[in-house]
Amino acid sequence: MAEPRAAAPLHSQAANGFLRKYVFSTDHKVIGKQYFFLALFSVFVGMILSWLMRIHLAWPKTHIPGLGVLSSAGAPGNVMTPEYYLSLLTLHGTLMIFFVLTTVPQNGLGNFFLPLQIGAREMAFPRLNMLSFWIACASLAVLLSTLFITDGPPISGWTAYPPLSAVGTAAGPGEGLGQTLWILSIAIFCIGSLLGSINFIATTLDLRTSGMDLTRLPLTCWAWFITAVMSLLSFAVLLGACVMLLLDRLGHTTFFVPGGLVLNDYVISPSSAGGSPLLWQHLFWFFGHPEVYIAILPGMGIVSHVLACFSRRPVFGYKSMVLALGVIGFLSFTVWGHHMFVSGMSPYAGLAFSALTMVIAVPSALKTFNWLATIWRGTLRLTTAMLFSIGFVSLFVAGGLTGLFLADPAVDAYLHATYFVVGHFHLVMGAAALFAVFSGTYFWAPKLFGRMLDERLGQIHFWITLGGVYCIFMPMYFMGLEGAPRRYSEFTDRFLVPLAPFNRFMTIAALITGAAQVIFMFNLIWSIFRGRKATENPWEATSLEWSGNLGARPPVVYRGPYEYSVPGEAEDYIMQDFPKVAKS
Amino acid sequence: MLIFTACGRKQAGGGGEAATERPATPATQSVDPDTVGAITGKVRFEGQRPKPATIHMDQDPFCAAKQGQPVFAEDGAVNPDGSLPNVFIYVQSGADQYTFPTPSGPVTLDQDGCIYRPHVLGLMVGQTLRIVSSDATTHNIHALTRANREWNESQLPGAAPIDRVFAHAEVMIPIQCNEHPWMKAYVGVVKTPFFAVTGDDGAYTLRGLPPGEYTVGAWTSRFGAQHEVVTVTPHSSATLDFSFKPGGVS
Amino acid sequence: MAALAVALVLILLTAISAGLFWGHAGWLPVDTSAHGPGVDHELNLTLLITGLLFGAAQLGLAYAVWKYRERGDGRKAAGGRGNGRLEAVWTLAVAALFVGLIFTGYGVWAQMYLSPAPAGALRIDVQGEQFAYSFRYPGPDGRFGPIHADKIDDAGGNPWGLDRDRDADSKDDVVTATLGIPVGRPVELLLRSRDVGHSFDVRELRIQQDMLPGVEIPVHFTATRSGQYEIICTQLCGLGHYRMRAFLRVLPEADFEEWLAEQASAQ
Repeated sequence: MAEPRAAAPLHSQAANGFLRKYVFSTDHKVIGKQYFFLALFSVFVGMILSWLMRIHLAWPKTHIPGLGVLSSAGAPGNVMTPEYYLSLLTLHGTLMIFFVLTTVPQNGLGNFFLPLQIGAREMAFPRLNMLSFWIACASLAVLLSTLFITDGPPISGWTAYPPLSAVGTAAGPGEGLGQTLWILSIAIFCIGSLLGSINFIATTLDLRTSGMDLTRLPLTCWAWFITAVMSLLSFAVLLGACVMLLLDRLGHTTFFVPGGLVLNDYVISPSSAGGSPLLWQHLFWFFGHPEVYIAILPGMGIVSHVLACFSRRPVFGYKSMVLALGVIGFLSFTVWGHHMFVSGMSPYAGLAFSALTMVIAVPSALKTFNWLATIWRGTLRLTTAMLFSIGFVSLFVAGGLTGLFLADPAVDAYLHATYFVVGHFHLVMGAAALFAVFSGTYFWAPKLFGRMLDERLGQIHFWITLGGVYCIFMPMYFMGLEGAPRRYSEFTDRFLVPLAPFNRFMTIAALITGAAQVIFMFNLIWSIFRGRKATENPWEATSLEWSGNLGARPPVVYRGPYEYSVPGEAEDYIMQDFPKVAKS
Repeated sequence: MLIFTACGRKQAGGGGEAATERPATPATQSVDPDTVGAITGKVRFEGQRPKPATIHMDQDPFCAAKQGQPVFAEDGAVNPDGSLPNVFIYVQSGADQYTFPTPSGPVTLDQDGCIYRPHVLGLMVGQTLRIVSSDATTHNIHALTRANREWNESQLPGAAPIDRVFAHAEVMIPIQCNEHPWMKAYVGVVKTPFFAVTGDDGAYTLRGLPPGEYTVGAWTSRFGAQHEVVTVTPHSSATLDFSFKPGGVS
Repeated sequence: MAALAVALVLILLTAISAGLFWGHAGWLPVDTSAHGPGVDHELNLTLLITGLLFGAAQLGLAYAVWKYRERGDGRKAAGGRGNGRLEAVWTLAVAALFVGLIFTGYGVWAQMYLSPAPAGALRIDVQGEQFAYSFRYPGPDGRFGPIHADKIDDAGGNPWGLDRDRDADSKDDVVTATLGIPVGRPVELLLRSRDVGHSFDVRELRIQQDMLPGVEIPVHFTATRSGQYEIICTQLCGLGHYRMRAFLRVLPEADFEEWLAEQASAQ
């Protein structure tokens, strides 16, 4: 592009009519909010599913009123069957990973704030942007449709390992149409993500305003950019894998189906089939591990941004923070095998993946160190946004460190597929990532909705959620050390029965924590309509989204993104578009 | 060998065949009870009685405890007198012109001590199959159908019976519990009330047949299937015996 | 006020978590394999290192939040943008620590997976299916008979698809639903699945290995303590996954031989 800035429309299209303005809009801000609310819907559905599962785990065979209405076969007499538990488990994981953690930090907040922060009018390809969103909607609709078909959603989990996911109803209920729709939904989602990531990359590279050098990008933009590159490379692989799995199911191709499978005493694949279930695992985790960082990297960016603002301190080690993001992004493509230490993969490969996994922990440790150093010697303003960012750091440590156990193949051979893993990834990529999103929501509400979110409700939301998250997920570590396996709908083994009190404690914590999210919902809706009107730069922040300089001319950037408490200056912040004045 | 995937079409056990739904003469006539006859007979096994195979229930202590003694496989078992139990005898064709009322009562399949009772049963198209559990352990009931819709559902201890109706004739539908893989039953779904299952003596009787020529099928789970043509005359009983050999599976 | 609350809550959470982990010796199940103590040692070492890092980070966070809260006394934040040397030292220290941890772990892994089973190990075939395990001992001839997929018949008591009439090697194979092994003698299991992915997990043995259809995966170990344990499936395999289980009986050598003879007579 010779003149990239000219490529972007100067103004967002004049809105003609409601449909054009709020539904089929090409405005990045509207699309950002659409993604935000899509994820909000998904997270509530996913949370309700987790409640149902947790109630079942705590009190197996209990009646859950109304569940039979949702599925008469899955819950006859309102009692959840083991297969329906697995159906809900599959949907919970899929919703949370794809439609929440991939969607809101990147496509939701990123869409809204990337152009604002780099001084662009729009995303590089506004129509493509709209298309990405509607593809994500289609994907969600296909996924949720599995709840309403006779067979129900698939029971193979969000990882959909073949042959379970490849051989149809012979392998179990939900493995017919439900599994086909699931694969279709994920394939559609991949397409939407690919289009979205191209847009993010082009926007970041080409639409930066005058003076916005790469070294002046806020860390949020760096995180969104690197995440987009990772999405582009990883979702392409998942798309291919989904197509292959779909072909295995519909076209009998046996990419993943070995010969001589016997189900229900019938031979269902010819001895010559020759497919490999491990191939799927390699392809899936080649996507799946970068995906973990796709979920958390934007959160890292947001937290860096928020911590600096409310500590009134420059981000400690800006360049190494960028470098760390890049190194994590790159290494995330080299560590997928740590999901497969006990899969039957060569034990020698385990050695390599193990070492690389330990290496990827190093930049994460550096980032944590730098976050602490950022608030060190700051003057901390403990707004709700700041509290959630502090909570993020705490949860990231609590969840991330246990990755060291799982990176060690000998220890992983004991802890693999136990609740230890469930606690680990829920804390680090679930709870921590959502804390970053909450932080971003409280921080940016003035720009998102023109209103402030209520601080008092926000603080209540924070305290219950922080305590609740620890109460839900910390016990999982202890259950994991006991050897309690994940994905069990009920603990019937002798050594698992004594763990019932743990399950009840975690369930109660989950119900309370979930209820606290209703406070957030109330705060959000109430504040959108009735909240205090926001001023231009209520947090006295430095980046362009707060400059209000959205007139006819693009802003010009004169300095870095975190000019807080610059020695010798009267104000404790200098905005990026504040011209440099020659000192007399 | 075929690969069966998403749609889950399978071979029926032991070389059974799906009852064909050929467009015969329209079924309009009702049976005149004054002119009916019967078919009776015995099913024998030719050859040495195979050694009964042991079923291992160690994985679920509930099952082993409820049984209390060694359990042997029913599939492939031969009665001590050399006759064959669990043979499904049914009219394959010859009664197409008649209509039969669908029995209102259900046929019950019980799960007792992690074994299906009975092992082989028949019912009519549209008749209810009621699956109950007498066990304090969880079972799943997986109907490995071809002509009918496949289903697979767990039944927790104390759960209500599962009622199912089959819309199409099918001989035989294996019923499998995957939680206890040794558990298998076979359900024959037919259009007429003329079916029977042999017991300890290998004998059967089909009653109430209008006079005419019938093809009678005999299905076994391990020794293949046979059919014979027999003529029924009023007020009399035609005799039709079957004989199976080891390794009769085609 | 909020700062104090954050600091106190973080300290509390750290203390509770650390306290529970500290008492973890009671959480880990009894260790019954020769390689198990190595795994436990590695796990404890990791626990120690991560525990210290966890405590340092959480308490550092708590301290910073409390100490550097805005007090309205006009104190200005320090303006430093970083300290390359400090970052480099920290990064290198962490890298050395993490990589060091890996190399200690390699030894245990190598013992479990990179060395062949000792000569004279008892070989047992293990098969997973929806939702059961089946075990097979080669019998006096020391050879396993071939598996015929089309002859697999659980309801007929033949989960392995053996043809004992035709295959000489199959005649004396002993098929069981419980895994009996002698204490103190090396055992090599050949794991396979006949339908979907399963796994072989005995927490007391510190062994977990997926069972994949289409391949045969060997694992070897020596049990050091007799008793009865549960073998569970940890790879999602369908609706009965949570109940897929078999029992492991570790028996003194003589009892084992007796048990095996008993099983053989019941074939």
